[in-house]
Amino acid sequence: MPLEANNISFRYRTDHWILRHLNLAILPGEIVGLTGPSGCGKTTLARLLAGYARPEAGRVLLDGQALPTSGYCPVQLVSQHPEQAVNPRWLLRDTLHEGYVPDEALLLELGIKNEWLKRWPNELSAGELQRFCVARALGPGTRFLLADEMTTMLDAVTQAQIWQVVLKAAGERRIGILVTSHDEQLIKRISHKSINLAPCL
Amino acid sequence: MNSVKTLSLSCRNPNRRRLNRRQRTLVVVALAAAYLLLLLGGGLLLGEEGLSTNLTRRNMPPSLSYPLGTDWLGRDMLARTVQGLSLSFAVGLAAAGTSAFIALVLGLTSALGGKRLDTVITWLVDLFLAVPHLVLIILIAFVFGGGITGVIAGVTFTHWPALTRLLRAEVLQLRSAEFVLVSRRLGRSRWWVATRHLLPHLKPQFLVGLILLFPHAILHEAAVTFLGFGLSPHRPAIGVILSESMHYLSAGSWWLAFFPGLALLTMVRAFDVLGDNLRLLFNPRSAQE
Amino acid sequence: MKHQEAITPLLEVSDLSISFTQYTGGLRQKTIRAIVNLSVNVKPGEVLAIVGASGSGKSLLAHAIIGILPGNASVAGKMVYAGEPLTPARQAALRGREIALVPQSVNFLNPLMRVGAQVRSSALNGNDAAVQREIFTRYHLAAGTEQLFPFQLSGGMARRVLVATAAAGGAQLIIADEPTPGLHPAIVRETLAHLRELSTAGRAVMLITHDIIAALETADRIAVFYAGATVETAPVTDFRSEGELLRHPYSKALWQALPQNGFRPVPGCQPSLDDLSCGCLFAPRCPMASPHCLTAEPALRSLRGGEAKCHHAA
Repeated sequence: MPLEANNISFRYRTDHWILRHLNLAILPGEIVGLTGPSGCGKTTLARLLAGYARPEAGRVLLDGQALPTSGYCPVQLVSQHPEQAVNPRWLLRDTLHEGYVPDEALLLELGIKNEWLKRWPNELSAGELQRFCVARALGPGTRFLLADEMTTMLDAVTQAQIWQVVLKAAGERRIGILVTSHDEQLIKRISHKSINLAPCL
Repeated sequence: MNSVKTLSLSCRNPNRRRLNRRQRTLVVVALAAAYLLLLLGGGLLLGEEGLSTNLTRRNMPPSLSYPLGTDWLGRDMLARTVQGLSLSFAVGLAAAGTSAFIALVLGLTSALGGKRLDTVITWLVDLFLAVPHLVLIILIAFVFGGGITGVIAGVTFTHWPALTRLLRAEVLQLRSAEFVLVSRRLGRSRWWVATRHLLPHLKPQFLVGLILLFPHAILHEAAVTFLGFGLSPHRPAIGVILSESMHYLSAGSWWLAFFPGLALLTMVRAFDVLGDNLRLLFNPRSAQE
Repeated sequence: MKHQEAITPLLEVSDLSISFTQYTGGLRQKTIRAIVNLSVNVKPGEVLAIVGASGSGKSLLAHAIIGILPGNASVAGKMVYAGEPLTPARQAALRGREIALVPQSVNFLNPLMRVGAQVRSSALNGNDAAVQREIFTRYHLAAGTEQLFPFQLSGGMARRVLVATAAAGGAQLIIADEPTPGLHPAIVRETLAHLRELSTAGRAVMLITHDIIAALETADRIAVFYAGATVETAPVTDFRSEGELLRHPYSKALWQALPQNGFRPVPGCQPSLDDLSCGCLFAPRCPMASPHCLTAEPALRSLRGGEAKCHHAA
């Protein structure tokens, strides 16, 4: 059932180790906060858990098995910069429907207006784009959500709006969440437990 | 906003009546394209005009009835030049088109097909780039038996490397773009990602690269034919026309080389203008001005 | 707390409106209004923080003041610096000298020029090298830093270099455009402290950010932006407990949405740039809205030591 990082270690080429012998587990429906100084591997860990990169040593396991390499991955990542996570040459409607077709209720809750679907990414602001990324990541196959500084670049109202929806969906569908953030107040407010990645090497 | 002073920080305040920059670019593109199509069509329409000899009107300088003069066999230089350009265009089209297609396939394969394939293709690119164009074209044209096939083959196989490199670099960069990685995690297959995400991004580069290949192709064809390795002398390609006119320059028949040369220049320039303006239109940074 | 009312502002922006002509995806052009009737001022020796959502026009204001808007922008309104109107010619003369920008990242520096050289090139009077060395020491940058290129700087060093470049020129007005984008709290605090120091030295600092907590720690006054206009200016002390001292409903919503407060959002979204509706742009989401709000745009009026752009503010 859980998403686990089993004794993983990671580094870029032959640089110093960013993560070394790390163990972590997230249970369904659990919200885990991840804090730590810059450059300590919070984003790297999130990307390893979502299958965007492979650890040098150790394994990432979902229900005791390796993450699937094809098909819809049950672990979805939403990162800090929505402008990079959408294809600038696609209409937003196509971006939204890339993984699955979200239902109207979710779009309404996230505040995604119908007229935005016909627009290009460069016409919308970061806050508006991030709503699309979140909707895209909450497909029926999603069991774990990794929020890597998901709302760091957004203003307080948009941040509260997005988290309200995500926490509700997580509660209803027992989605496990890993929240990375510098904002300790946010972590304190929403997570069940929090992990600090210091000391880093 | 109505009754306030305007501190216009920009000097570009589009007037209703003037066309905006994008419209102007499109006009230029349309004009260049029209000129080129005219040449292509003109050549087909003229048929046998440029080949018919009439010994009563030999070596006539430019006049009202023969704007570009006639040559030593009495052939009308205007018809011959237009036909020559048209033929060069056709050869250029075949060569540039095939070349660009090869570049697309190899560029994609190289960037997506794994390390070993990439190394092989890159090595091939470097090899072809290292050999001087003209020498290689002549060799290949010779191998293919000369004539039109030889020229087209020669130009095709020497012009794919540069565009391949460009497209490969573009794909390599795109491959690690966040939205591409997300797409795979959402369950999309590699083929889907290549056709829906990567190819559309390559379209502008590909189109501009293709159009800018034309001038090269045409000039090389002219050069090769000029040297005697390309098309047969009775087909009025520009290279042939220029080559033969060399004999008559010292006799004073300057129009035999001047006008065809000028015509070749304008055609090549039209392609350049077309390509550059298309690039301007596609480039998102300059596209908004 | 200084008494700001008696001091004349160094920079005064009145009824600024900025619009862009953009292609609609074909050949026609449409006009997009990005900033509408914006008024704000900064006094010497204070830090004014401009807080707003992305897309509210904060960076545009900075670029408009410095005079680096793109070619398809048209500007209306009045900008006055040190008592004289800020014309494009004057902007070009003052840029980097009296008005300096601390940009968002080192991407705004010349990537081919060593960092020391860039700071020296902006030094105003006296011995360039001496000024640069003095500034680097003041910002705790090691001796070898001046030889590095921008891409070689780590996050914290980059921040310090950017502030140093702006401070070296002796600028009287410093505009910091999102100086701490998503950075670690320690670096954020350090950068903000440097900006605070600059204001203590008598310069005017305009801090543009979406991070309201950072703004509250550094600024004397906060200007809240919404949909291309200032909706409230308030002293920093008004931002506390439930936000009852705040004047505009959006400021209150912003305050109450913070995780340490209610974490309660108001529904809806900031109107997009080509929403040319008249009336108050916050009205569709406002709990206090009346029919009057939808038709008449409120004026920015003084209220209890601050300003508010609301018909119902009290």
